[in-house]
Amino acid sequence: MSEHSLQKTIFGRLTLESFPIHEPILLVTFIVVALLGLGILAALTYFRLWGYLWKEWFTSVDHKRIGIMYVILGIVMLLRGFADALMMRAQQAVAFGPNEGYLPPHHYDQIFTAHGTIMIFFVAIPLVVGLINFVMPLQIGARDVAFPFLNNLSFWLTVSGAALVMMSLFVGEFARTGWLSYAPLAGLEYSPDTGVDYYLWALQIAGVGTTLSAINMVATIIKMRAPGMTMMKMPVFCWTALCSNVLAVAIFPILTAAFAMMILDRYIGTHFFTNDMGGSPMMYWNLVWVWGHPEVYVLVLPVFGIYSEVTSTFTGKRLFGYSSMVYATVVITILSYLVWLHHFFTMGSGASVNSFFGIATMVISIPTGAKIFNWLFTMYRGRIRFELPMMWVVAFMLTFVVGGMTGVLLAVPPADFVLHNSLFLVAHFHNVIIGGVVFGLLAGITYWFPKAFGFKLDPFWGKVSFWGWVIGYWIAWTPMYVAGLMGVTRRLNHLDDVTLQPYFVVAAIGALIILVGILGTVMSIVMGIVRRQQLRDVTGDPWDGRTLEWSTSSPPPAYNFAFTPVVHDLDAWYDMKERGYKRPAGGFRPIHMPRNTGAGVYLSVLALAPGFGMIWYMWWLAAISAIGLLVVAIGHTFNYNRDYFISASDVARTEGERGRLTAAGA
Amino acid sequence: MRERLIPMLRRLPRAATIIPMVMLAGCDMVVMNPTGDIAIQQRNLILIATGLMLLIIVPVMILTILFAWRYRASNTKATYDPRFDHSMSLELVIWSCPLLIIICLGAITWSSTHLLDPFRPLDRIAAGKPVPPGTKPLEIQVVALDWKWLFIYPAQGVATVNELALPVDVPVRFSITSSTQMNTFYAPTLAGMIYAMPGMRSELNAVLNAPGDSWGYSANYTGAGFSDMRFRLRGLDAAGFEDWIRQAKTGGALDTNEYLALDRPSIRAPVMRFGTVADGLFYRALNRCVEPGTPCAAEVMARDMERMRGKPGMPPSHGGTHGSAPTPALLKPPEEKGSGPNITAPQPPAGPDQRIPHN
Repeated sequence: MSEHSLQKTIFGRLTLESFPIHEPILLVTFIVVALLGLGILAALTYFRLWGYLWKEWFTSVDHKRIGIMYVILGIVMLLRGFADALMMRAQQAVAFGPNEGYLPPHHYDQIFTAHGTIMIFFVAIPLVVGLINFVMPLQIGARDVAFPFLNNLSFWLTVSGAALVMMSLFVGEFARTGWLSYAPLAGLEYSPDTGVDYYLWALQIAGVGTTLSAINMVATIIKMRAPGMTMMKMPVFCWTALCSNVLAVAIFPILTAAFAMMILDRYIGTHFFTNDMGGSPMMYWNLVWVWGHPEVYVLVLPVFGIYSEVTSTFTGKRLFGYSSMVYATVVITILSYLVWLHHFFTMGSGASVNSFFGIATMVISIPTGAKIFNWLFTMYRGRIRFELPMMWVVAFMLTFVVGGMTGVLLAVPPADFVLHNSLFLVAHFHNVIIGGVVFGLLAGITYWFPKAFGFKLDPFWGKVSFWGWVIGYWIAWTPMYVAGLMGVTRRLNHLDDVTLQPYFVVAAIGALIILVGILGTVMSIVMGIVRRQQLRDVTGDPWDGRTLEWSTSSPPPAYNFAFTPVVHDLDAWYDMKERGYKRPAGGFRPIHMPRNTGAGVYLSVLALAPGFGMIWYMWWLAAISAIGLLVVAIGHTFNYNRDYFISASDVARTEGERGRLTAAGA
Repeated sequence: MRERLIPMLRRLPRAATIIPMVMLAGCDMVVMNPTGDIAIQQRNLILIATGLMLLIIVPVMILTILFAWRYRASNTKATYDPRFDHSMSLELVIWSCPLLIIICLGAITWSSTHLLDPFRPLDRIAAGKPVPPGTKPLEIQVVALDWKWLFIYPAQGVATVNELALPVDVPVRFSITSSTQMNTFYAPTLAGMIYAMPGMRSELNAVLNAPGDSWGYSANYTGAGFSDMRFRLRGLDAAGFEDWIRQAKTGGALDTNEYLALDRPSIRAPVMRFGTVADGLFYRALNRCVEPGTPCAAEVMARDMERMRGKPGMPPSHGGTHGSAPTPALLKPPEEKGSGPNITAPQPPAGPDQRIPHN
């Protein structure tokens, strides 16, 4: 074997060229990131935090800590995804006529692909899953999720996927195929380099995490509700979490299968999605959208739940039309499977097929409209405290209805024939994702942050975040709606028509205003920590809440509830307060809890390695680490040391401490 | 144009859109102001659907602001009824209002989707102007290449690249395919869009009602040269079209070799005109057998069906129909693994025969 082929066998296609040594922008970014990373690592070592982080967080199976880690992952990735957005806006604001802009297509195309992929898979999903993870078990009066270790593993698998995507920034390249990597463009023939492989393996690994997490949440909601909490006494957020996770369980395997076939096409030369040899690229489009459309509802349903909780709390009223809210959620869940073809009416399926999918899509707007009315009538005859979460609700209602309207417009096939793949479409889905999902997630984070940490976020910076996002959204995306009506298509790297430039300049200004909003979000956390003494809440119920999570202390003890609550009414905690509930001061019993384990971290590192090996054609690394993954996974099943008891005296001490704090605060 | 813009402006969803409204005064919203009858009908549909939905959107927005203001905590005069959480009559309104609107919109959708189906031959040239009996539509064959548009006029025997000339008020039937990528033929002034797909033939029936130049685009991302993949759409009167054909006739020949040269990826291809076109070129592009010696997909499929008659299972595999497939990753010998560089822009191709990377 020659030296050259030995090197190729060991390193695959990884060469010196795979690192951005010739690319000033990337090199500087890399150096900054590396220095920042080293700084954080050094600080952790200096303050001797490694042991604490490993024992209390990384290996934790506590649903609350895992939820918080998911949210941190989501916020970090949001910064990356938004940096991509700013680069795109900057390129499109200048690349007119003779000016080619500062990003050549080769670079720009990676950026819009990374933006979409990161924002959906590594921002929206982790934030939604994180909030469900933190809140849902508390709301149903459980001590943890059904499978605590699986929960930890799901999180770390998501981190592995995110790590692969981040790695592509500095080692090789990311895909240049759009966020769904459509065939045949993403096939080996047209995209032979590392980008699509990074995309496929990162999402396969993270996708396994998301599927496992969804299974876990469904099992938890079905099996672990507190006594007395029948399905129709369950908080709306739990209902939406249930529907969202049922959807995820059903659709993520489809995405995994589609990606698996794409991987087979690229690695062993099958012809599932190729142009020739009987392959059908159209089949790939169908499969990814059979996943993709319900995925929108996986994200937005729990967020609808957040709006319901927030509205009910801050209006000081029971939610209007609880059962119609639940039915609406279930109807949306079912219908969301029947609409995927509206993503490609223009493929020419024929008038009857297009009409069916168009009308099915419109039908979804009926339960969605009912939900909007329900929030509206919850406000009616309420006493609305306009704290930040409630401000998000009003901004959402005013923004989201416009996105819903343009969505129904796009569901009319002949209208879609002129608007599809235009900036109008891009503006529509940013309208519903920012105006629906992001606003709701920010409302949820503000609302439940004091529960997680015992102090509120800084309200001034919270308002900066609010106005930055809301005003920025409208300034950034209104011109995009208009540009779409002017026939401008999406994903353009350069435009010839200079008369269009003002629209893109305004959009870029809007993006900068959103940046102020994002910085406001970050600052509200930082300043919240700095001013935590003033913002502290010792009651555990800072907003006068209505559901069970507010009945325990903030932050809740590891065991959540010293005694499992018994539920008599929909708004269980409100009901308890009405009846003059007193916290029991004695009679505690030992509490059975799951034990922390490092297996999730080990398995996720071992899942990252085969991904990296396959991307870079290092077959030995892929094979060895895949075998390692299997061995550790099986080995962990023989670990019987999985649980422990918190002694009655420890519970008594924790509860007593809380009683003392509450007394001091009151 | 103003008169058309004003109703549109009135329908714009939010008062917060004042800035773009000022900007709109000087812009040309082609989607709202098209020159082809199909696109005009699509535009009307957008306006009708938006109007229908605003019937419910506007009251919801007003009520949201009204309730948020009226029931603010500091307004102690407003009724506070913490137990008000159900009302059968309100629920009825909540569900039936959207339902009624969707029933109307659904009916409009069903009929307009069938009427404006791109595969459906036209029955009118413009509102109140039916297609004269016996009119044969002008046939145009479209091939999406990387990254340019090829238009073949089979009856006239001419072909063009990146230029589509149409006689005004004559029904046109496009047959559309693609050589490599999923592409989208998008002519906003004429009739919207339809995908151009390798190995597939899609169809678009349309008519242009006014002379004048506009642009057509590729609306689906296909790689590096996608942004500049556009064509000039020229509406000509009958005499102008005759002239145009005559000029095109003076161009060179589009034979197999010329087509294969065109098929190579290139960015910003100039307008080209060809005076003659090889026989059955579109059929061969569609069946992925332009390259000499490759079997045509339609024939391979027919042969497979013949061979499989009466037998269960899959037909035996057949050879490639479009060049040679790349070696899959796991079958590559180490030397052929190549390198995965980290670059922001590829080097331009060294020689004329070197292919530009696809994306």
